Amino acid sequence: MRKLYGDFCALNGVSLAVRAGEFVSIIGPNGAGKTTLINVLTGHLPPTAGSIRFNGRDIAGIGPVRLARLGLARSFQLVSIFPALTALEVVEVAVVSRLRRGRRWFASLARDREVERGAVEILELFRLADRRATPARNLAQGDKKLLDVASTFALHPELILLDEPTSGVSTRDKTGIMEILVAAAKRVGIKAIVQVEHDMDIVFGYSDRIVALQEGRVLADAAPAVIRADEAVVAAVVGRPPAVRGD
Amino acid sequence: MRQRLVLGLVIALALLYPLVASPYYATHMLRFFAYAIVVLGLNLLFGYTGLLSFGHSLFLAVGAYTAAVLTSQLGIRSMEVVLLAAALASAAVAVPVGALCVRYVRIYFAMLTLAFAMLFYSFLLKFYHLTGGDEGMRVVRPALLFVDFDGVPKTTFLSHHYYYYSAAVLLVLAVVMWRVVGSPFGLCLRAIRDNPEKAAALAVSVTRYRWAAFVVSAVYAGIGGALLAPTTGQVDPGLAYWTHSGNLVFMTLLGGFTHFVGPVVGAFVFIHLQDQVMSLLPYWRLVFGAILAAVVIFVPGGLMSLCSIRPRALRGRAPRTAA
Repeated sequence: MRKLYGDFCALNGVSLAVRAGEFVSIIGPNGAGKTTLINVLTGHLPPTAGSIRFNGRDIAGIGPVRLARLGLARSFQLVSIFPALTALEVVEVAVVSRLRRGRRWFASLARDREVERGAVEILELFRLADRRATPARNLAQGDKKLLDVASTFALHPELILLDEPTSGVSTRDKTGIMEILVAAAKRVGIKAIVQVEHDMDIVFGYSDRIVALQEGRVLADAAPAVIRADEAVVAAVVGRPPAVRGD
Repeated sequence: MRQRLVLGLVIALALLYPLVASPYYATHMLRFFAYAIVVLGLNLLFGYTGLLSFGHSLFLAVGAYTAAVLTSQLGIRSMEVVLLAAALASAAVAVPVGALCVRYVRIYFAMLTLAFAMLFYSFLLKFYHLTGGDEGMRVVRPALLFVDFDGVPKTTFLSHHYYYYSAAVLLVLAVVMWRVVGSPFGLCLRAIRDNPEKAAALAVSVTRYRWAAFVVSAVYAGIGGALLAPTTGQVDPGLAYWTHSGNLVFMTLLGGFTHFVGPVVGAFVFIHLQDQVMSLLPYWRLVFGAILAAVVIFVPGGLMSLCSIRPRALRGRAPRTAA
């Protein structure tokens, strides 16, 4: 599909397919169109031309609420939580949404065992259970990030789109977070993960497939080993000049 | 536990009050009961959902005029019917008005709600054949629980019979509101207040929930208005004027919008303070303006933030509007 902002072409004929069981990473330098791609994929923006389908259904511009109901959820690049709510409550919002209990205006949330259990389960997968009563705004930055992703997982989506899941996290903690994410995805039954990531160690360490974007086009779409061998892609994305033979 | 003791004490004091206080002060409490209901509703929208309405005087006036029309024009004097009719009328107005207003946020929402209140004010003023214009409309003494108290002198009726009735209505509605804010619905509202984009990403229909909160808060304002009407026996267009909405916001801020009872405390202080200051100075509005400025600058959390009492729900989770 294509996406134009006025005269500026942010996405110029990008085609992408994600199948169940895949972990796909989208990489590319700044300005390559990754954010636009995410916004189009997650129903925030309709494409100017072309179509987006999820499980056979056209999802162009349907908006995040309906998309989440269909099973495609997204986490944000900048930490996005509910600052005044406790960690437990943040996840409970997702559980309440999943169980369609938002309409219950007279029932006690505190006494809803099913919601609480569903939320605690997720918190435990993300190693946040001991901080369940902490107001979200008081958590450490890395924990806030985990909480953001955890609440997205609590929707039990089929496909989850992670926008830079390890950004703002120290290098030492990045692998830890990825391990938690992958394990949680298995436990929750998420069928496919798409992430936008800058950290190449993470990308090459976890992906089944890598899609490299540059200036609104797909430069390469292949397994990590193939990408690594493709010097042009590496140069474009990582910024290293191709190694000169013989030196 | 301590919180329940305090609550019990307050209720006991309120019940004993008419027996010890002069009828003048007991009648004052009637205004407090009515306004407490209104601001409880307003704070559902503000403290819990993050939308500040400057138009709640609209629904208060709808409720008050419903009471006037029913009792003095249609001869329906059952207070229960009046309250129900006020609730339905407010909801009927809130559904379309809310549908429009919740599409906007912050200052635009506030201005839209203010505009609707002023629209109603103009309507009340202009259509004097229907509404009595600036002379307003009479409110006939209602029957409480289907009992006619016409034989009772006015001050006794207001300071005893109507006092306990109003207190009971406030108590019931406060319990209902407590349940609402502690419900899954209440949780979604707070999420929307904190981060509407994130809430949407978690499949919470932001506009629809805001709309629901708007209608509920409008119903509360309407019931409060209907309860207020018999205390003066008269309703006038001034009830809908936007500065009346301003008073409601003042009460909410004064008491503290981050606590469930904050607005109720604010209403109590405001009404009694207004009475005291008005009797001392002609420039009471100046004093109140200064108080408001002081609250915003020095005690933005309101009077409740000065207390160390932290409300806790069952199982130790705080049902406050904000941590």
